[in-house]
Amino acid sequence: MVEAHSTGNGVAAPKDARNSRAITGICDRFGNDPHRMLDILRAVQDRFRWISPTAMETIAEATGLTRIAVEGVASFYSFLSLEPKGAITVRLCDDIVDRFAGLDDVVKSFEDELGIKLGTTSVDGRFSLEYTPCIGMCDQAPAAMINDIVVTRLTKDKARSIARALQSDARPQDLISRQFDALSPYERVTMAVDSNIKHAGEVLLGPVPRDAGLEKASVLQPEQIVAEVEASGLRGCGGAGFTTGAKWRLAAAEADTDRFVFCNADEGEPGTFKDRVLLTERADLLIEGMTIAARAVGASEGLIYLRGEYVYLQEHLESVLTERRARGVLGTDIMGKAGFDFDIRVQMGAGAYICGEEGALISSCEGLPGEPKTRPPYPVNRGYLGHPTVVNNVETFCHAARILDRGDEWFHAIGTKGSHGTKLFSVSGDCLNPGVYELPYGLSVAELLRMVSGEDAAAVLVGGPSGTMISRDSFQRKLTFDDLATGGAIIVFSGKRNILEIVEYYMSFFVHESCGYCTPCRVGNVFLQKAIQKFRKGNADSSDIDYLRDLSATIIETSRCGLGVTSPNPILSTLENFPLVYSAVSKKSEDGMKATFDIQSAIEEARGIAKRRSYIFDRDYGK
Amino acid sequence: MSDAGFTFTIDGLPVQAKPGQTIMEAADDAGIYIPRLCDHEGLRHQGGCRVCTVKASGRSVAACTQPATPDLVVENESEHVNSMRRDLVEMLFHEGNHLCPICEASGNCELQAMAYRLDMTQPTKFPYLEPCRALDASHPDIALDTNRCISCGRCIRASQDIDGKGIFGYVGRGIHRRVAVNGVDLAHTDAAVTDDAISADVCPVGCIIRKRIGFSKPIGSREFDDGLIGQKIESKRK
Repeated sequence: MVEAHSTGNGVAAPKDARNSRAITGICDRFGNDPHRMLDILRAVQDRFRWISPTAMETIAEATGLTRIAVEGVASFYSFLSLEPKGAITVRLCDDIVDRFAGLDDVVKSFEDELGIKLGTTSVDGRFSLEYTPCIGMCDQAPAAMINDIVVTRLTKDKARSIARALQSDARPQDLISRQFDALSPYERVTMAVDSNIKHAGEVLLGPVPRDAGLEKASVLQPEQIVAEVEASGLRGCGGAGFTTGAKWRLAAAEADTDRFVFCNADEGEPGTFKDRVLLTERADLLIEGMTIAARAVGASEGLIYLRGEYVYLQEHLESVLTERRARGVLGTDIMGKAGFDFDIRVQMGAGAYICGEEGALISSCEGLPGEPKTRPPYPVNRGYLGHPTVVNNVETFCHAARILDRGDEWFHAIGTKGSHGTKLFSVSGDCLNPGVYELPYGLSVAELLRMVSGEDAAAVLVGGPSGTMISRDSFQRKLTFDDLATGGAIIVFSGKRNILEIVEYYMSFFVHESCGYCTPCRVGNVFLQKAIQKFRKGNADSSDIDYLRDLSATIIETSRCGLGVTSPNPILSTLENFPLVYSAVSKKSEDGMKATFDIQSAIEEARGIAKRRSYIFDRDYGK
Repeated sequence: MSDAGFTFTIDGLPVQAKPGQTIMEAADDAGIYIPRLCDHEGLRHQGGCRVCTVKASGRSVAACTQPATPDLVVENESEHVNSMRRDLVEMLFHEGNHLCPICEASGNCELQAMAYRLDMTQPTKFPYLEPCRALDASHPDIALDTNRCISCGRCIRASQDIDGKGIFGYVGRGIHRRVAVNGVDLAHTDAAVTDDAISADVCPVGCIIRKRIGFSKPIGSREFDDGLIGQKIESKRK
């Protein structure tokens, strides 16, 4: 299963040749097209469990790239590995919500039963055990990916029995159902993961007539579709809130023969999972919305960029696409209208939060590392392969389809001034009813907390780590674009949670997910994380609060994309709303010296090498 | 778009620009220096180091990639902008191992020169990340010490676009992103000391080193020993 290291001796040669043929076969399958690099590398990873140096050379040759260019892509994505991984890779979601829900016990169960430590691969190559950031299951945490399968609501015992089953040769899919192979793609998805719809609104999660919006759009002129979406007041639901109609208008106005409609299904903001539910329950509506957008801007090709963590949804989405082609609502001459052609391909991601940024998403689709693009030009002017590209969030496309069916006035009348329609909220953390809530814009956080039975909340993180952490005295604030704008993540924290632990986790998340292209985000976030660690260790003084603010300001002002612009938010919003948390742990040092020098950590390595233990610093000395 | 030029201002001075020019290109023509590290004449703009950050009509942008537009009001040499630049340069110093007294590039180093220009005279406040990467001395004529690399990518672009070789490339992500070579080591690439990517002015620091000519020009008579970085551009204005 696992490709052997090329030894250069004669024995390995037939195997090397066979592997090399398998890899060129994979490259052939994707037309040896360097733009399909991510698909090629995913396929090689799946087959060999790693991307070996020889594999990189073979791929480079087949696609006409340099080996270093292939390595640049392979080393960028978390789900691609330059070291051999186990035939079964268990990726435990280590989001803060999972940690608070008992992740430590789950880790221990897996370590015990698989006989390996976290972050390692078993000697026989059967298992790897590792952490991965939020996989979009915060409403049923702790959760894990086992190869392409998702398991949720893990406990110490459940984890133990899963690991035992895997040890006795169960396939990952057998963990979902013994009849897995006989299930439909939709059943496979919903047996693994609950949709957890706790409140259905009238736009998306209530009853939705099939293709009613597309039917109306198919007899409208493109310009009329754009005008209707514009008049509805629909704004992007991924977080940034750009006016959807304006985006479509800009792309339609470009003089180009090729235009593209991309769906951003890379919801990676920790605590967000509403697109997971739409992709599961409203896949038809999403594709309908994309098809409408395609007619509006004149695109004939589309792409759903599905985050690597949601690979378990791929088969389901593809079955919906196939079924729509068969029904004549996707493909050529859609709804019988000659020349209304549009088709969609699912592009898998491979574990990179940054690919939710639209430029990075396009880079990734082009087979490059997921680095944001220089703006201008904007994607609507010159996006995918230089052509005008509309990138919208899953929820945005779903809304657009409903707007075409029910009319702009109907949608505009829901919500508040400037924030029209409904919004899906992904609620998780310390509340009794985590799940997805579809609510009109304009509710207060307090009202939402009552609905989710989270009245004990001491802190609520609105919009995930790149959003705002608010305290009790701000729970009257409203969930709108003008007050608390959010892509939909609502994470509830009770009074027993340590705010600085939460902040440190989120900073480590941004450090892990920064693409590294620009200095402030690549380096500055590491410094912010280290500074928070200093507070947690009790080594901070009041000047460190100024340090946090000044460094954050530089990162925000000089970063190249939205990740760096929002990454200091966990710190800045807690400094503002929970100032006592910081002042309580910062103290003036007694000798007037800065506590930046920590002698313990400075000599730790040397003491380890010398195998000398310290009576003063090793607390367990002599015990 | 018409080809007619237009005017905008940098720190109150009127600057002429042609359509399609970036703020930095127009500034260079006008003899106004905007600090930069990853940008280099003759190479594609990257916009990665962010040292060329300016305020353009109130918004922070990278001058090397941001197009100039008519009537734009650019703030370049203000205390606020320079203090952000100083932070960025300090970040680069702390990300790598930059020990000027023992570095062959001292005096020719743009990072060091930028620190002088931006008045980085105080002890710095950031923690040192102290990378520990192996020196690549495999090539007969070239050595590579990526502990001194500032990830500007100038060698990558020069090798790709000017030499047509693609010897260098970025690998990894985030703080682990670094410049690597197209082979197990530099000796197993097509690198030649005559490559543009290897030439003295492409690597701004002491990462790419040409063997056997170290210290041939003594410290004291090196590029930045007699003036601040940027003076060549600024001398156009006088």
